[in-house]
Amino acid sequence: MEKIFLTIMTKYGLVMSFMVIGLVMYVAYQVSEKLTKGRIHGSAVAILIGLALAYFGGTYTGGKTGLADIPMFAGIGIMGGGMLRDFAIISTAFGARIEEMKKAGLAGAIALFAGILSSFIVGYIIALIFGYTDVVDATTIAAGAVTFIVGPVTGAALGASSAVIAMSIAAGVTKSILVMILTPFVAKSIGLDNPQTAMVYGGLMGTTSGTAAGLAATDPKLVPYGAMVATFYTGFGCLVCPSILYLIARAIFGG
Amino acid sequence: MAIYGVTILSFCMFCGMYIGMGLGKVIGVKANVGGVGFAMLILVLLVDYLLKKGKLSDAAQKGIQFWSAMYIPIIVAMSARQNVVAALKGGPTAIVAGVVAVAAAFLLVPSISKLAKKSDITKIEQ
Repeated sequence: MEKIFLTIMTKYGLVMSFMVIGLVMYVAYQVSEKLTKGRIHGSAVAILIGLALAYFGGTYTGGKTGLADIPMFAGIGIMGGGMLRDFAIISTAFGARIEEMKKAGLAGAIALFAGILSSFIVGYIIALIFGYTDVVDATTIAAGAVTFIVGPVTGAALGASSAVIAMSIAAGVTKSILVMILTPFVAKSIGLDNPQTAMVYGGLMGTTSGTAAGLAATDPKLVPYGAMVATFYTGFGCLVCPSILYLIARAIFGG
Repeated sequence: MAIYGVTILSFCMFCGMYIGMGLGKVIGVKANVGGVGFAMLILVLLVDYLLKKGKLSDAAQKGIQFWSAMYIPIIVAMSARQNVVAALKGGPTAIVAGVVAVAAAFLLVPSISKLAKKSDITKIEQ
């Protein structure tokens, strides 16, 4: 019987990964709701569980592709592989409307530029400090400081190693969780009490889940404003990090 | 039909990747230069055009929305297949990068929202 189980899990890998990841999502959203009272968004919990599973898989098999190294979970490697990942990320642009972009206006645009640039520069400096002097590695980690999506997209586009891509995800998740938790506490001191500032905030922070959860805890009325601008952040980050910003980094630090 | 939406999506991916890889070749770097970003940009423009023309049926939209809804689960699967063991050998780099990026962004909020308030273009009327 056990053999049949393993056969199904490996033979129908991709489809079975929907079952496994679905279970992870359920557990994550329960943890988010019951243990953190929704303060840490379910998606962030789910990604953390994903990273933990990858660690488990890596130590268990000694391989390089996390949980996907265990044959019965190989399907997760397909589901989370570059092809479907890029496809799903591109599809999120479907929600973006040009009218909304115009509504966000100049403030949103400035905030977007400033947010991506500041995160990228800061991330790059930290990467250098910790000895990641290779331009591709440092760019990937810096892109991770932009968001946990921009990091892996950039890393994959530039051909970074899985270890560096994992670090970029971790940097992005750290950012996302901090934004979720800290927003209500800093709201007052940074004047976060009107739609205008909420849009600037969304543009600067960028992480959609982080901004939405953080603003919800501050003032639910501000959520749509912040989230609207934040939606463009990831797309814009995916555009500029593996292109202009990488080329600039390459020109400065060689490669 | 739902497949039409998925077709549009994959067409955008093709174009974006073509531009990204083409740019890489032109510039002379072994990389896909912003392919995903270009694809997203093309999708936004194409969807906008088709919606205005009334050429994007509900079913076709649902075909795209499905993938958009699968985005976080796919990211979770992506996280589960990374070399986290090796990443942890890099020490606290990732966490420090995340923390400092947030701190920098917090510091920028007041000055940029002041700048935003000065500009007349951003009047919010909803």
